[in-house]
Amino acid sequence: MDSHILTPITAEVTKDLHAGDYVYISGTIYVARDAAHKRFMDVLDQGEELPFPIKDAAIYYMGPSPAREGRPIGSAGPTTASRMDKYAPRLLDLGQKAMIGKGKRTQEVIEAIVRNQAVYFAAVGGAGALLSKCIKKSELVCYGDLGAEAVLRLEVENFPVIVVVDAEGNDLYKTAAQAYIR
Amino acid sequence: MIRTISTEEITANIREMCIEANHYLSLDMGKALKEAADAEQSPLGKKILCQLEENLVIAGDEMIPICQDTGMAVVFVEVGQEVHFQGGVLEDAINEGVCQGYRDGFLRKSVVGDPILRENTNDNTPAVIHYSLVAGDQVKLTLAPKGFGSENMSRVFMLKPADGIQGVKRAILTAVEDAGPNACPPMVVGVGIGGTFEKCALLAKQALLRPVDGYSQIPYIRELEEEMLQAINQLGIGPGGLGGTITALAVNINTYPTHIAGLPVAVNICCHVNRHVVREI
Repeated sequence: MDSHILTPITAEVTKDLHAGDYVYISGTIYVARDAAHKRFMDVLDQGEELPFPIKDAAIYYMGPSPAREGRPIGSAGPTTASRMDKYAPRLLDLGQKAMIGKGKRTQEVIEAIVRNQAVYFAAVGGAGALLSKCIKKSELVCYGDLGAEAVLRLEVENFPVIVVVDAEGNDLYKTAAQAYIR
Repeated sequence: MIRTISTEEITANIREMCIEANHYLSLDMGKALKEAADAEQSPLGKKILCQLEENLVIAGDEMIPICQDTGMAVVFVEVGQEVHFQGGVLEDAINEGVCQGYRDGFLRKSVVGDPILRENTNDNTPAVIHYSLVAGDQVKLTLAPKGFGSENMSRVFMLKPADGIQGVKRAILTAVEDAGPNACPPMVVGVGIGGTFEKCALLAKQALLRPVDGYSQIPYIRELEEEMLQAINQLGIGPGGLGGTITALAVNINTYPTHIAGLPVAVNICCHVNRHVVREI
């Protein structure tokens, strides 16, 4: 089923999302990948605050190419989510509700999704030019020294994603192939 | 007759090739994606393939890289024996071209200077460069920016001679199945069989440079390419790993003589953004 959702993505929103749904997201999402997640863990270990409100936040695993003049961002497709598996459960337990990436997740992450009524979306890998058109604004939140791995705040309009793991723990990657195995 | 080529010319070409490769795919890749969109049986898979076609159009028209992972620059340099380079060290000239191309083309700098310390070099250098000496007085440059979503899913298998062609088939299917959605299917699968540990990996990389609508000149390898493409597409992984009948666009296999005791097999997986540009100077 196709649906349109607005951020913040609350448990009220995730309960109606099911693995296989095609969803358009509008609103604010945050961008972070490996190096930024590592720093989030250091920040938390030191008892400090994360650089953005984590409750009901959506984090897009992405590292854009540089923006040309007059554009908010360059190419902006998803990166492989499994590299964040080590960090994701801790952030989900702190209230993060949505992850956007591509590729398989571990059982630990899926359990954390269920425990927190969260959701894992896939964006189409390798469609960075197309996806960039849905990003209307991009600003640096922190860790500018990480270059392409800096934390960004994006304003997106009708950003297309597919529900891969829903709040009940259904995993589209495990079931989708079944119908087409020959 | 010795022919002199200026290293500045090499730099200028590599710069342009980095920008070209990241915004336009070769014609055979465009054609393969279109055919895949027509053939795909899953509605969601079809939708994704159409989006990938649209993505290619936007990339070329608006000069937005096809994928944000503009890769580590892999450069194959075939140098004619009659060539003399003037103006500086060839390797420096190539890296300067990569630096300029990634800066001027608004391409992502994705290279860290040390694999453990991981500080970004901020200009996407160094490139990974493979040289070979050939007959003649020309230089052939091939630039293939390689993204790591698919590179990370690539494998080397040191099989035993007794494993034979069945072992090779199992190795290819294992690599593709393990890669699944992570490698951004539909993929192009480059396979190297034979040589040594490092030679088979290089063969697999070179196999990715071959046109996806071509085939091996060795009859039984051509059959293997066709059989493996069919077997991979029967795995059901599909576009984006979300189910479907098109998981790979092509399987290209290169071979080389090997040792009596070994059967090395490398599977280098590339996503649908299989980028490469060739120029002869």
